[in-house]
Formats: sequence, structure tokens, C-alpha cells
Amino acid sequence: MIFLRRQVPLLITLITGLVFAGQYYVPHPASEQMLTSVTKWLQIIGGFALVLGVSSLFHVHAVKIRRKEAGWGYSFVLYVGMLGTIAVGLWGNGKEAVDGAMTAFGWVYNFMMVPLQSTMFAILAFFIASAAYRSFRARSREAAVLLIAAVIVMMGRVPLGEYLIPLSGDLSQWILNVLNASVRRAILIGVSLGTVALSIKIIFGMERSYLGGGKE
Amino acid sequence: MLKTSASFVLSSSKSSTCPGGYASGFDSPAVLLDSRFEHPALWKALVLLLVTVLSQSWSPVFAQTDETKKILSPPQDVRVFDTPSDGGGSLTVLWSPASDESATSKYQVLLSDGATVSDPASMKVVAEFPANQRYVRESKWPWWTKPTTGDQHQFTLKNGKGVELKNGNAYSITVAAVLNGDRVIATPVQATPEPNWINWNQMNNLLLALLFGGIVFYAISTARKREIFLRRIPGLDAVDEAIGRATELGKPILYMTGAHDMSDPSTIAAAVILGRVAKRTAAYETDLLVPHREPITMAVCQEITKQAYLEAGKPDLYKEDSNFFITSDQFSYTAAVDGIMLRKKPAANFYMGHYFAEALLLTETGASTGAIQIAGTDADHQLPFFVTTCDYTLIGEELYAASAYLSREPVQVGTLRGQDIGKALILGVIGVGTILATLGVMFDAQWPKLFLDIFRDVK
Repeated sequence: MIFLRRQVPLLITLITGLVFAGQYYVPHPASEQMLTSVTKWLQIIGGFALVLGVSSLFHVHAVKIRRKEAGWGYSFVLYVGMLGTIAVGLWGNGKEAVDGAMTAFGWVYNFMMVPLQSTMFAILAFFIASAAYRSFRARSREAAVLLIAAVIVMMGRVPLGEYLIPLSGDLSQWILNVLNASVRRAILIGVSLGTVALSIKIIFGMERSYLGGGKE
Repeated sequence: MLKTSASFVLSSSKSSTCPGGYASGFDSPAVLLDSRFEHPALWKALVLLLVTVLSQSWSPVFAQTDETKKILSPPQDVRVFDTPSDGGGSLTVLWSPASDESATSKYQVLLSDGATVSDPASMKVVAEFPANQRYVRESKWPWWTKPTTGDQHQFTLKNGKGVELKNGNAYSITVAAVLNGDRVIATPVQATPEPNWINWNQMNNLLLALLFGGIVFYAISTARKREIFLRRIPGLDAVDEAIGRATELGKPILYMTGAHDMSDPSTIAAAVILGRVAKRTAAYETDLLVPHREPITMAVCQEITKQAYLEAGKPDLYKEDSNFFITSDQFSYTAAVDGIMLRKKPAANFYMGHYFAEALLLTETGASTGAIQIAGTDADHQLPFFVTTCDYTLIGEELYAASAYLSREPVQVGTLRGQDIGKALILGVIGVGTILATLGVMFDAQWPKLFLDIFRDVK
């Protein structure tokens, strides 16, 4: 059992890890074909895994409704929404419109899903304002530098700001292209090395905690 | 100088164009001129000067004719071969430059199906460009795969834009020199495109990857022999504090693994850190909530959490529902997690992994509930949001270092040391590369490329 739970996954990881690391250096169409096939497998496996996810979702909310936990009404709304969407989706063959006429499924998507998503995204503007207000209070030297840099960049990125302070355009470009870009690249170099190191550990079985089941 | 007016010659009724005229009693033009000039040698000198001036004004015309003849010799040393290190469907043409090329003359690359061509002039023109362009030195080949010296011309034929090259089929290719509508074609050369099994251009990448791998293994073996110093990472020191606070308040801990699936290293790193966090929550008997966007990540994290509870000696406290799926949709997930934060008021929120626009929506809501927030991400675009709204942020590589920091295992710590050596190496290469590239530009030298090409991203 341990063999199946530990050795086999590690062996699969080692082989596939080395093969697909090597695939990067093989330009032959057969190599590209192999990568495409495996990507499709991953999508198919992901599709099956969705069953796992949905069953988890149903289970968690069913327990909430059964126990009448705080906010169980939301769980009930979730059930209604999900089952209702599945029903209208099946009814309309998954199509949003037939012969130019919107189906019930299309109506749910266009008049419920899309506005709700847009609303969530729109909240971001207010959250940016509140986060900026909190961060830009010059309580320390670092915060003061952040505040000054932010003001310059904000002024330089809008036409009115550049009109009022002509230098802000060039200054903001310099901050973005020199200071910001160099720091970002430094972070990206660190991230890339971390990614490669983690991949090496996983491929050679030195990092196994993602498998669960202990170190045996 | 003149004995009489020059108009005499023009007004003379005697024809000087009639050869018979001389025999019929008229003077020859030379005799006439001699008679008109005080010094007969003078008019001869003037005529000589006139001829010289006229010949000078015509010399560019003669020279151009010479150039036309010179450039319009057919291109020399034409070589065609399958483009190396590619996936096929491509041929490369090389030829020697003419002695005096300019932008006025042009080269045409001609293509024809099949190994033989009866009339090269009927071949299809697939490219035309000024004769002073497309040298091998301008190509992207690194020095170890450059097929010839940089002075030769080079053109790579690829599928697309009216060209269709099928692997295994023979093609005839040649080059023509064109000037002022005249065209001279070199003898066609046959070649067959083939896919290659190794991209030799990227061998520098492979060597550097192997070098880095070797450094990591060396660092791990060193870490097994002696202890390696790890600098403090405040964000990870705060993990215990956050879990302790949650225990004191009797509130749960919320842990997120990011937007990506398990194929992304940042998600794997987040899952590994979850194991360490879950072990502490098990020890402190604190509730753990892990909402997921991806079912496979959820399944993996369930295993990791279960194991953490086992290792902590609290298997009975493990709840299967601690890891649960919400949705793959970005903002639906965000709304659901925001709801959890507002209803359950977790004492600590962990944001590990990769995030997109939802980052600020999550962290700002978390901040409004007064929770301790610890983030760790390799998403550089979201870092400012995490830094402004969270108490602690693991920046970039610190996310990958977290596992080593929390566990202090030699393998993990050694890997971290390997990364540091790798960074020092990159820093050195950036410094040396900057100096060499500057020298190369200053002295118009090619030798810095011997070093610079090794660290170039060649496709």
C-alpha cells in the first residue's frame, strides 16, 4: 500500500518531471504533440475533478442547512441558484441564444452572472481608495517616500496632473521604468530561482509533503 | 589672342562638313583655326582642355556602368540547408557578399518545388531586400551554432506569407542580384527541410539549469553536514503569533492557496506551507478553513491537512470539510470568501500562492474584520496591494523559502542556500555582462558576445 501511495507517485513525478523538462529543448513536432496531448489529459482530469469540487460544495452547504448554522439561508440560495442554473442550462442545451432569442440560461448568465461579477470588480475602485488612504499616511520615513512617489506617479499618469505639474510625466516614467522595473526584475529573478529549486526538489522526491501521507 | 572675331567661323558660307570641300579649294578647319589664332598651339590646348572637362563630367556615367556590371555578377557561394535546431518547415540560405554592396542594389530569394529547375528565372520570388542587409552577424544565432562568419548574407525561409515548406520535400532555392531592373541569378541549390530533435541554441539554458541544479545539490549536502544560518523572515515568525491569537479568541484561521492549480509552483509552495500551518492549528486545537478554487488542489490539500493532524497527534480533530471547494470563478470565489470573513470573523487570514484582481478585494475585507493577515505571493503585480493591506507579506521567493524556514530541515535549508548562491551568480553575471556589453559597443567588438551569448535567452 505504501508502495502505491508513495513510491509510484514519486516515480511518476520523477519520470514526467525529467521528460517535460527535457521537452523544452526538443523542437521536433513529436515533442510538441506530446505536450499538447498531456495538456489535454490535464484538462480532462480537471473536468472529472470538478465532480469532487461540486460534491464538496453540496456537502458543506447541506450540512449547514441541516444544522441550521448561522447564515444557512445563503446555503439555501446557493442550492436554488445552482440547481436552477443546471436545469435551465440542460433545458437550453447549454446555449445562451437560439435563433437570436435569448434562452433562460442566457438570461441567467447575462442578467445575473455578468452584473454580479461586474459589481464585485467595481468594488475594487473603492477598496483601492481605502487601502491607499491607509497606506499613504506618512507615519514613517518609508511611508513618506511611498506617498511622495505615489503622488508623482498619479500626477504623471493623468493628463490634468501632467498639465499642472509638467515635470511629473517624465518623473513618473523614470520611477516606473527605472526604480519600479529594476525592483520587479529582482523579485522575478528570485521567484524564478525559487521555482526552479522547488521543481528540482519535487522531481527528485526531496519535497514530498504535497503528497500527504508523511515521510515514510 | 584671336586675330579676328570668332563670329567669322559661324558666319562663313563655306561648309566645313563637306569632305570634298577641302579638295575643291576650301581650307580645312585646322588650317582655318591656325589662321585665326595668334599662337596655333593655343587652340589645340583649349580643345584638349574641353575634351578633358567633358570626359570628367561623363565619368560617373561610365563608373555606374562599371558598378552595374560588377554587382550584377550572380551571388557567390550560395548554400542552402535545413535550418538547424528547429521544428522543421524552414530552410536557411547563405551567400557571400559582393565587394561593394549598397542599398540601391537588391537581393531576391527564389524558391521552387522539386530538386530540379529548368529555368531559374521562373522561380517564385519569396523575399526581396536591399543588398546591404541581412548579414549572419545580425541573426539571432549564438556563436556556438552560427553556421558561418558574420560577413555572409543569411535569409531564413519559413512557412507562412506565401511560402509553404513541407518536411521531407526537396526544394530548389537560389539568390538573385537586382539592380536597375537587371537581374542575375545564381545556380539553384537543393535542400530539404527536416525537424530536429535538439535545439542546440538553447544548450546554454540547459547548462545553466544543470549548473544551478548542481549548486542546489551541493548546498543540500553542505546543509546536512553543518547548520546554515537563515535570516529572520518576520512574516513567518508571525505565523505562530497569528495561530496563538486565533486560539485565544476562539476563532478560526482562514487559509487560501491562490488562483492557480497544482501545476503552478506557487500553489505547491502554498500547499506545503499549509501543512506546517495545519500542524500548528492541530497542536493549538484551532479551527482551520481552507476554501479552494480548484478541485485537485482541494484534494491534495485535504491529504496534506490530514497528515498534519496525524503528525500533531490530533487525528480526531481533523475535519474533512476544513478544505472545501467554492467555485473556479474569480469574483464568485471572492464574494464567497469575503462572506466567510464577515460572518465567521477569522482571527488570522493567510493568502499564499498566486493572485489576480481579487487580491485587494480579499485583503481589504480581511483588514476590515481586524484579522492578522499574512500574505505570500510571487504575483509581482499584486504585491503592492498585499503590502498595503496585510500585516506581513512574503515577497516573491520568500514564499518558496517559507517551507525551509518553518521546517529547518537540511534539504529545505540547503535548497535555500543554493538559491542564494544562484542569485549571487546572476548578480555577478549582470555586472560583468554590463561592462562587456559597454566595451563591445565602445570598441565595436564582437568578442564580448562569447560571454554574453551564454547568458542570452535564445529560442
